[in-house]
Amino acid sequence: MSAAAHVVPQKPVLEMRHISKTFGPVRALRDVSLTVNAGELHALMGENGAGKSTLMKVLSGAYRPDPGGEILIGGAPVATGDPIKARAHGIAVIYQELSLAPNLTVAQNIFLGNEPRRFGIVDRDQCNRRATEILERLGVSFSARALVSSLSLGERQLVEIARALSTSASIIVMDEPTTSLTSRETDRLFEVIATLKAQGIAIIYISHRMEEVYQLADRVSVLRDSGYVGTLERADLNASRLVSMMVGRDLSAFYKKDHRPPDSQRRVALSVRGMSDGGLLKDCSFDLYHGEVLALAGLVGSGRTELARLIFGADRRSAGELKLEGKPVAIASPRQALEAGIAYLTEDRKELGLFLDMSISDNINMGVLARDARAGGFRDFAAADRRAAKAIADLSIRTRSAQANAGSLSGGNQQKVLLGRLLETEPKVVILDEPTRGVDVGAKSEIYRLIDSLAGRGIAILMISSELPEVIGVADRVLVMRDGAIAGEVTASEGRPLRQEEIMELATGAAQR
Amino acid sequence: MTDSSAATKAADQAAVRSRRLRTAFAALGMLPVLLLLAVGFQFINPRFLTGTNLLIVTQQSSINIVLAAGMTFVILTGGIDLSVGSILAASAMVAVLVSLVPDWGMLGIPAAILLGLGFGIINGLLTAYIRLPPFIVTLGSLTAVRGVARLLGEDTTVFNPDLPFDFIGNGSLLGIPWLVIIALTVVVLSWLVLKRTVLGTWIYAVGGNAEAARLTGIKVPLVLLFVYGVSGLLAGLGGVMSAARLYAANGLQLGQSYELDAIAAVILGGTSFVGGVGSIWGTLIGGLIIAVLSNGLILAGVSDIWQYIIKGLVIIVAVALDRYRLQAGART
Repeated sequence: MSAAAHVVPQKPVLEMRHISKTFGPVRALRDVSLTVNAGELHALMGENGAGKSTLMKVLSGAYRPDPGGEILIGGAPVATGDPIKARAHGIAVIYQELSLAPNLTVAQNIFLGNEPRRFGIVDRDQCNRRATEILERLGVSFSARALVSSLSLGERQLVEIARALSTSASIIVMDEPTTSLTSRETDRLFEVIATLKAQGIAIIYISHRMEEVYQLADRVSVLRDSGYVGTLERADLNASRLVSMMVGRDLSAFYKKDHRPPDSQRRVALSVRGMSDGGLLKDCSFDLYHGEVLALAGLVGSGRTELARLIFGADRRSAGELKLEGKPVAIASPRQALEAGIAYLTEDRKELGLFLDMSISDNINMGVLARDARAGGFRDFAAADRRAAKAIADLSIRTRSAQANAGSLSGGNQQKVLLGRLLETEPKVVILDEPTRGVDVGAKSEIYRLIDSLAGRGIAILMISSELPEVIGVADRVLVMRDGAIAGEVTASEGRPLRQEEIMELATGAAQR
Repeated sequence: MTDSSAATKAADQAAVRSRRLRTAFAALGMLPVLLLLAVGFQFINPRFLTGTNLLIVTQQSSINIVLAAGMTFVILTGGIDLSVGSILAASAMVAVLVSLVPDWGMLGIPAAILLGLGFGIINGLLTAYIRLPPFIVTLGSLTAVRGVARLLGEDTTVFNPDLPFDFIGNGSLLGIPWLVIIALTVVVLSWLVLKRTVLGTWIYAVGGNAEAARLTGIKVPLVLLFVYGVSGLLAGLGGVMSAARLYAANGLQLGQSYELDAIAAVILGGTSFVGGVGSIWGTLIGGLIIAVLSNGLILAGVSDIWQYIIKGLVIIVAVALDRYRLQAGART
């Protein structure tokens, strides 16, 4: 497990000095410096919006830093803001969204845009031969001639790494590489990472998962609010220190749990039985009570969002029933769910939630237009203005005007607009899917306060969250999912609060091993 | 305290004002182009800006504006309707054929409109419920309905010199041609639906983000059915207008490539091709630009062939300018 046991050569292969980046009035990076040694895994941590991605985009040449910033590779300054030169200097970035062409072979993908040629024609044999060499170097089992579409997500990630090696990269940036991988694929990736390090390649590793960082990192640098906070050596790593570096303040004041969790007199709000989708989800059953915050924890890919979408009627289920306050309800569409009193906040607000080109007011009112309509289907604009003004005040949405486009808001305020829309439908059951993803710290604590006050009003809340401190800080009870099934439940009792370890054991299946 | 609240109020008003200005800009972004063209043609031929000629221009643009109004609904949802020209031809055939029935000739109007609505609903059903891409569905109906139009008259031109509703095509009310009155009414009604009704807001929502609309409880298929229905219905109305103007209809030639003029009007009007953004007033201006171009070029004595080339180039340049202007606006 000690990936850093071997001697790390203390030779900086990369130095980023005094990097700042401004977009109009927004400072995305403030005087950030970062030194990465050859053969080390340097983890880059920080909350969403802390500036990690921007910094990596400066490194890859996608962005040009503000004057004064410089990048040195092997001690020599290099031109900034030029992706092609960055690649020539051995910088390769493996993005979260895989960028492979599925209908081409592994070898074709590895050499895409960089094909070995003979007489101006792509030399297939050489292409396949060299790809096979690289794949052997990585120790992978699939053929260079395999179609990428036949590979699993984990294998595709390895193809991306192979592509990076084909350009003889000396610095590889991995941005949340394990989010869509199974645990076996993750282990495989870690082995490959060890191989790369042994070959002297530096890896900058962006991750939110503490366990991974503990397992892999030689050093950890933390960014916060667009600025550099500090770097910890492996020996100095500990959770509370990392978290306080990332958050910048004590955590206890951050979460809010004032509502009283339901007691033995509790009333069931939603009862879910035998939910399956014919694929990932298998026979999920649980009860959700009025006035409680029930967290749905689990690793990414464990089926939490899928289960939420099934309950909300967004996807078709193959089996399962729902009872709302004891009465069976037929829910085959989001519309029916909303009519029954179940509301859902999506995890992907830009793609699945907001109407970015429409006004904040329209976004807030979208779910209740028909309810407010006057005779003949005409809109009641006075009612819409009232609702919008109230939501903006209640949720402290920071905007100049309710008529501004939703797309002009920051992530936190966009999320509050969606919460406003959801609350206008007066739900009895609220499903929140990663309610604080991509939201700044201030808005986060406002959202926690909102969740708390909703529970205090007797609304039943099912909250999906990948951040364990959030789960512990906000929820009364935790359901843990693994591989599409409910793996278990973690409850707090008098004098015994929820424990992260217990949740992680259930989520990873460590308890069974 | 009072200072700060006064300041926020002022900021609020400023935001509302700037937003109004921006929407007005988006809608009227092409108005300067229209005016510029008109002034230019006036220089070339002083007959251009006369009352009579302007009436001719509006009359010539009226059928296209009616089709383009329907097209605006469809494109706002991110779709496309290529079949309007064919539907117009089939509806015009039915309008003339029914008008030949003794004493019941006026029924040609509803018959044509209902036929258009029927074809539109078929487009809508295939798009909304079978979930076929609208481009393919309406490309198919472009061809199939053209065939129906030819079938209706056994591939001949049908005439009715005593068309009972010929006033639509050639009469006027208080000096304004009926064609123009109909087109303006369609535009105003479209504006009412799009900007004042719940359904209108849903149309923008579906075009802006269909999946978000579904998750918000909007009946997306019904919205799609509606827009294709409207487009078909207005194409049917266009068929009536066309038949009334010509006293005749020909299933083979009538309405050929009208869909392209309608799409051009919508795009010139600033409506986004991916949906969610646009206005009916923009479409009106877009339709007028196309009509002014045709008319002005004829008055300027430009040959038929060059008219095509110039019209095409103007559309491309105008939209390119518009894109450039919007991008510049987005940056500030």
